[in-house]
Amino acid sequence: MAEIDYSSKIPNNVNLADDRRLQRALESWQPKFVEWWKEMGPAGFQGDEVYLRTAVDVGKEGWAHFGHVQMPEYRWGIFLAKPEENRTIGFGDQKGEPVWQEVPGEYRSDLRRLIVVQGDTEPASVEQQRLLGKSAPSLYDLRNLFQVNIEEGRHLWAMVYLLHGYFGREGRDEADAMLERRSGDPDQPRILEAFNEKTPDWLSFFMFTYFTDRDGKYQLGALKESAFDPLSRTCDFMLKEEAHHMFVGASGIGRIIQRTCELMNEHDTADISAYGGINLDTIQRYINFHYSVSMDLFGAPKSTNAATYYSAGLKGRFAEASKDDDHELEHSESTFLTIDDGKIFEETSRALNLVNDDVRSDYSEDCGKGVRRWNRILADHGVDFEMGLPHLGFHRGVGPFANVNVSPEGVVLSDEEWAESAHQWLPSEAEQAFVSSLMVPVYEPGKMAGWIAPPSSGINTKPVDFDYVRL
Amino acid sequence: MTFERPRDSYHHWRVNFEAPIAHLIMDVDPDAGAIGDYELKLNSYDIGVDIELAAIIRRIRFEHPEIKCVILMGAISGTFCAGANIRMLASAPHGHKINFCKFTNETRLEIEEASENSGLKFLAAINGACSGGGYELAMACDHLILIDDRTTTVSLPEVPLLGVMPGTGGLTRVTDKRGVRRDRADVFATKTEGMAGAEALKWNLVDELAKPSAFDQAIAVRANKMAETSERSASDEPLLLPELNRVMTEDEISYTYVQVHIDRGSRSLRLTITASSEQDWPLRCALELDDVLCHLRFNEPEIGTIVLRSVGSANDVMIHDQALLNPSNHGERETSFLWARVLSRLDLMARSLFATVEPGSCFVGVLAEVALAADRTYMLEGIFEDDENPLPTPTMMLSELSLGSMPMANGLSRMQSRLWLDEDGLELALATVGRPVEAAEAVSLGMATFAPDDLDWEGEIRLAIEERATYSPDALTGMEANHRFCGPETMATKIFGRLSAWQNWIFYRPNASGESGSLRSYGSGSRGDFDLKRT
Repeated sequence: MAEIDYSSKIPNNVNLADDRRLQRALESWQPKFVEWWKEMGPAGFQGDEVYLRTAVDVGKEGWAHFGHVQMPEYRWGIFLAKPEENRTIGFGDQKGEPVWQEVPGEYRSDLRRLIVVQGDTEPASVEQQRLLGKSAPSLYDLRNLFQVNIEEGRHLWAMVYLLHGYFGREGRDEADAMLERRSGDPDQPRILEAFNEKTPDWLSFFMFTYFTDRDGKYQLGALKESAFDPLSRTCDFMLKEEAHHMFVGASGIGRIIQRTCELMNEHDTADISAYGGINLDTIQRYINFHYSVSMDLFGAPKSTNAATYYSAGLKGRFAEASKDDDHELEHSESTFLTIDDGKIFEETSRALNLVNDDVRSDYSEDCGKGVRRWNRILADHGVDFEMGLPHLGFHRGVGPFANVNVSPEGVVLSDEEWAESAHQWLPSEAEQAFVSSLMVPVYEPGKMAGWIAPPSSGINTKPVDFDYVRL
Repeated sequence: MTFERPRDSYHHWRVNFEAPIAHLIMDVDPDAGAIGDYELKLNSYDIGVDIELAAIIRRIRFEHPEIKCVILMGAISGTFCAGANIRMLASAPHGHKINFCKFTNETRLEIEEASENSGLKFLAAINGACSGGGYELAMACDHLILIDDRTTTVSLPEVPLLGVMPGTGGLTRVTDKRGVRRDRADVFATKTEGMAGAEALKWNLVDELAKPSAFDQAIAVRANKMAETSERSASDEPLLLPELNRVMTEDEISYTYVQVHIDRGSRSLRLTITASSEQDWPLRCALELDDVLCHLRFNEPEIGTIVLRSVGSANDVMIHDQALLNPSNHGERETSFLWARVLSRLDLMARSLFATVEPGSCFVGVLAEVALAADRTYMLEGIFEDDENPLPTPTMMLSELSLGSMPMANGLSRMQSRLWLDEDGLELALATVGRPVEAAEAVSLGMATFAPDDLDWEGEIRLAIEERATYSPDALTGMEANHRFCGPETMATKIFGRLSAWQNWIFYRPNASGESGSLRSYGSGSRGDFDLKRT
């Protein structure tokens, strides 16, 4: 076999050139990944040059190199955050002991499962978003979409690196399976239900990157605490990239709201659909949908699985060190919101069993921040409307509120009441069709579709009218 | 606890050789219990007594080809053997009871195997009280002569008296070997005082009766008759059993051809068999393997996983293979039978067995059976590429020995057991006899389980061992025993399976082992206080 210069092909900080195990991963899995990318990645545009950020190192200088590149030629790298010297386990039964550089046999299955479930979401979102390029509201947004897709691809690669590097044949089989499942395919669906939903339009895309990618942030944050050090370091670096995805979502929704406000003021009406904009109540309904679906990704609030993972040191809470408790949770109590016999109330339970709810609650708080920023846009435009997050129990498929009717305000409803009012709270088919009808591509540099305001600045100090994608 | 017994060092037995007959006289020293403070009254036995019995039988087989019939009897008239010592059973930890029963069962089965394979016949001369384990020992013999003095009985009083079972094959042999009607077996096994004379003969509990005055004569006549049926020959060359040169440190056990390295952290050990062309290899290696297995059972109960390895040249193993398959003299014959028993002892280890087939290993011929005994076999695909001078790709090779001459307790060969109900697969696998097989093929043929390459090798095995260590030892023991012995039942599978499993369950129940359970209250004058619920 000819010598391959792996480091130039795959930027990395894991000593790839000397790691035969990883080289084998590249040889066997990487070509399949590129095949998958071509088949299930963005439809079209594969030959076009896109202004993308490539990580070539984990330091400040290295992780954001910009340049035009064709997506299949993208240098998907492998990066682990710098090791923390003498790092010890931060929580659970083995708190204070040294972290693991290898997978302990006892936790092999659980760790593999955690990595597979997380890893599976990465290609899933690329698949969900593959048609969006055809209706991009601007070259700027088109580029952001591809940056998100590319980085989700890199995150898959990061998880596959762990599977290949630490889980032997079973790990490699799982890595292959991640390229074989398909979002929304009833015969081989992606593992988590939210990742089998469609992302049919750009409003959904921005909602997805804001709410669902934020779930990813919190899952990665919890895995970053893991006693399995390579997983921790991998997630640490992934979190940096994930931040950009949420920026895309937050600013995207903000720009839509801004455009809507402008149209409302211009035409002095709340219903601006006739003027090619998206009404505020439609946006609120999309928020209701995406927020509630994303919360399901945290699992049931009370969970023995999560307790087991926590005790074992496999998966902690978000920002574990900032939590003011014993980080063992065996003997402390906490509360979670539940429902019984039509009454919503706080139930007390052992804190260890409520790890999921702890992470979910941090997530909800984080989601609220963007909503407050959007409300400032509304206030700045003098529009009397406030966006909000629906109640925890609204439209849930997982946990105590699954199959219970709860309004966004937290009122428990009968089936009849729900059926009567649901259209006020969730996007109707007609509404979604209308949003889709607005999705016509705008590929001229600097130009924006009529339903979204331009961004306040471009990427990497480039102007907004830069040729982010060379079509 | 040790298992090797030097020649003529026996404490509880006397052996008188009058070729072709040997008198094996049980004369248990009541004050020489092996594991605690109890009195070995009335020729009752503990593990120490039984280790000597096993050693004696082995010596007679190898070193006394002139002996054709062994007469087993008690030293004092009026006492044959009172069975396993109850005080010992009451005080012994659960694990010891289990291992004690397993060892004694293996010894009883060897008595039968020696009769069948070596033509060494056993005559139980029941010259006095013969109860429980005493009668079980007698039943292992080919012929039982009961002294007909209107007093002496044979009995299995475990159920009515002790709240346990005749677990050393007693229940199994009464029906399956002696063909006693099961309604009568029910009566017999609940009759504390047992059965004497004509009644015992009528129910086929014994084969012959003799009045006290004619007892010695009857024994002699019968023993000589039995000897006549034996093919053993005084002109055969005895094979003297070598002394084992065992060196032990805390985590290492080293013999000439067998080495053990214990890793207490992962509760596992590596057992390495080294091949050799030396003439003494087949015998010495089997003895060493046997000794170390017994040692591990009794002395290393927390080491749950045994990783079986071999080192050396396949040719060196194959040099001996023909002699094991078609022995041409007495010594080779006994050595071959010994290998079969040691491999069977390996099958019966209540530990997880993983075999690793690596470059430089020699799992061929008789050693292939060692790998096939494992619950899982890991075989390296390819070579260790990073080694400075990598050894060639490892292979396994079956020889004709794997066709059935080293049967498992279920009577099947290890390949048959692995490929049970897959006749085509078995045919394919057996067609490789004499041909080295590499990892991928070995996996498809059922000789190996996994074939990791050198990149995966270390991690796969480490993970498997670590994972195993987290499982319940009890659940693993049960699972492995069930998987290992598929297919037909034999006397041995019944004894090691149903009889032992029930006995072990009963041992653990408060009705037997509790503070006021039957084992503890035996001999105290008070009755056992039973939990009366049945399932």
